[in-house]
Amino acid sequence: MASQNDPDSPARLFEARRKIFPRKIDGTFRRLKWAIMIVTLTIYYVTPWLRWDRGAWAPDQAVLVDLANRRFYMFSIEIWPHEFYYVAGLLIMAGIGLFLVTSAVGRAWCGYACPQTVWTDLFLHVERAIEGDRNAQVRLQNAPWGPAKIAKRGAKWSVWLLISVLTGGAWIFYFADAPALARSLFDGTAPFVAYGTIAVLTATTFILGGFMREQVCVYMCPWPRIQGAMLDEKSLVVTYKAWRGEPRSRGLKRAVEGEAALVPAGDCIDCNACVAVCPTGIDIREGPQIGCITCALCIDACDQMMEKVGRPIRLIGYTTDADEKLARSGQPALSPVRRLLRPRTILYFAVWAAIGLAMLFALGNRARIDLSVQQSRNPVWVRLSDGSVRNSYTVKVRNMEARPREVEIAIDGAPGVIWNEAGTRESAGRTVRMRVDADQVAKAQLFVAAPAAGDARQPIRFTVRALDGDGATAAGESYFERPEAGQ
Amino acid sequence: MADDKRIDEATGTRFVGHEWDGIEELDTPMPRWWLWTFYASIVFAIGYCIAYPAWPLMERATAGVLGWTSEGELEAEMARERTRSAGVLAEIARTPAEKILSNPRLLRVAEEGGRSAFKMHCVQCHGSGAAGSSGYPNLNDDDWLWGGDVATIERTIQHGIRQPGDDGTRMSMMPAFGKDGILTAANIDDVVSHVRVISGQERPSAASRRGVALFSANCAACHGDGGQGNRSFGAPSLTDPIWLYGGDRDAITRTVTNARYGIMPAWVGRLDPATIRMLAVYVHSLGGGEATPAPTPTPSPAPGNGQPK
Repeated sequence: MASQNDPDSPARLFEARRKIFPRKIDGTFRRLKWAIMIVTLTIYYVTPWLRWDRGAWAPDQAVLVDLANRRFYMFSIEIWPHEFYYVAGLLIMAGIGLFLVTSAVGRAWCGYACPQTVWTDLFLHVERAIEGDRNAQVRLQNAPWGPAKIAKRGAKWSVWLLISVLTGGAWIFYFADAPALARSLFDGTAPFVAYGTIAVLTATTFILGGFMREQVCVYMCPWPRIQGAMLDEKSLVVTYKAWRGEPRSRGLKRAVEGEAALVPAGDCIDCNACVAVCPTGIDIREGPQIGCITCALCIDACDQMMEKVGRPIRLIGYTTDADEKLARSGQPALSPVRRLLRPRTILYFAVWAAIGLAMLFALGNRARIDLSVQQSRNPVWVRLSDGSVRNSYTVKVRNMEARPREVEIAIDGAPGVIWNEAGTRESAGRTVRMRVDADQVAKAQLFVAAPAAGDARQPIRFTVRALDGDGATAAGESYFERPEAGQ
Repeated sequence: MADDKRIDEATGTRFVGHEWDGIEELDTPMPRWWLWTFYASIVFAIGYCIAYPAWPLMERATAGVLGWTSEGELEAEMARERTRSAGVLAEIARTPAEKILSNPRLLRVAEEGGRSAFKMHCVQCHGSGAAGSSGYPNLNDDDWLWGGDVATIERTIQHGIRQPGDDGTRMSMMPAFGKDGILTAANIDDVVSHVRVISGQERPSAASRRGVALFSANCAACHGDGGQGNRSFGAPSLTDPIWLYGGDRDAITRTVTNARYGIMPAWVGRLDPATIRMLAVYVHSLGGGEATPAPTPTPSPAPGNGQPK
């Protein structure tokens, strides 16, 4: 940065990273961060190992993205490819939920739940455990390479790598039966894509969490740029209360002296604790900035310091822009309810809830049997030797239950008889039966023959009815076509 | 430019020197890792150009040290596919066609294999949907000249129709009644009238009644007394609405005058037995396939009174 300040040196186009050594801190928000880290990591690592009994015909993994068979299992819900809008809906809900959270409590996602934050935080703890706290880390950084430095760095990188491998490894368990895949990973029979995925995710976790850290948030992530549209004067942001803190007095002793001498002094003693603990290395006293992920560790650091010097805590705190204006004019802050309930948050919540309710409703009412009909177009019709006309249809019956089902397909709306490829004209009737395996699509070629006299194009309807228990039905529309007169 | 030297106090960064509505841009440097990523991309690109075909030259592109080509990759993939499908194809080749129909697994493979083989070898005459055209039979319907069960279809594909030089080919000749002077034009007109009556296209007339005797004398030997056809000779039924060369007056007159004998090539020797079998199964599946006739029981001596038991 020095040369940046020197107007005479040539401007540099590329800037080396300024290494950050965040200091260890304890406090309310640090404990909250611990709790959220434990919860999110537990969910991530444990979920694929949860079992869920779906019977003999379906996998027993609670959450499974079965790409090979194109099924998505989530506890009692099973999603087929044509129902992917449920997943799209979940993603939209996640997006709007992020808007809602951001507008209500600021960048809570960035500070607490973002994977980049969680794994970086985990890596920071490993680093401190091995290399010591901030000062020791700086010393080690400046020390020449020797056995001690190599040992410490080697140990740190090994643990990081182990965490990275476990992280990449956990990801693939969502896509296959976890216990079986774990076994095949070790005996070398797992598919190449499994090893490849682990390698890629290990590399990204290791590099992004271990080395790039805050640079991901500042340079690579689009979210800090977008969030400005969601924040308003009533959103919580981490704020240095300059109106209380300024002017700063350098050091505690000077502050006390200043007070005695009636020199105006703010509460900030310029101890730089807030800067030292910041994982992105920013100075919150410079105001809101892109590097601030609102993790609130600076609040913990400042509170500790304020307690020591006997000043009120929360010189740095979660405050809204509106509260700041009120505080400057000496009025009490808004109640949390009034802060949270405002048109923007209510609208976000309404949209979020509406999508959620619509999905729940659709999920509760979805049919578990489905029929699609496609008329064969080449040829459209065939004249049979008795003078009648035959059309052929490709029918797909989806049985979305985890049990085999016997179904009956009937034609409706056109005269004629129906048979399938296994039968013949002689065995034809108004219905055909077929068996659909558990959780499978059965495809059948159905032939419909009807007298040649009639409309050239006549609507025809196929209905499928399950012959077991619930008698679920579904229908598909198509046409029966005949030669034009004289053809 | 003196402006470039100005420094933003808050950040210590230079100004670029431009101003828009009072907002000035800072000359914030790119992060160093970005630079290194850029260099790494260049190194990767150079390595890629060395390893793979990259630079177009006059004749062809540079070969690349790995020797990779898209053709080679395709060939390797095809070889893998051939190895993979060899087993089931061998199974199809040794399973009689009618047995395949009752084996869902082989049936599915045979239908799909037959479908793609049909697209290669048969669509030229029979059309992509097997609907045929004038002179080329529609394979979707239930009218078969030589028989529509799967074994019969297979034999037709193997040996073709009137394929010269194939002993097993399906052979029949319809006389050219007009051209060879067997019948006069007036006789032919009468026969045609009769044929159109039995096929339900015309009402009986004096001409058609004259044609009855002519039909019995000249046509019934192959087409049957009632014109119902005979599969032993591939003689079509004249009573249904399906006409290979057209059922109108002119077309039938031309047929009787000049005779018709279409030729279908024999495929045995050109296609392997499994492919021919799959083609038969596919054609049989198009909607008009007939059940395999039950084998005629071998005659056994009837138990009679004088026979000792």
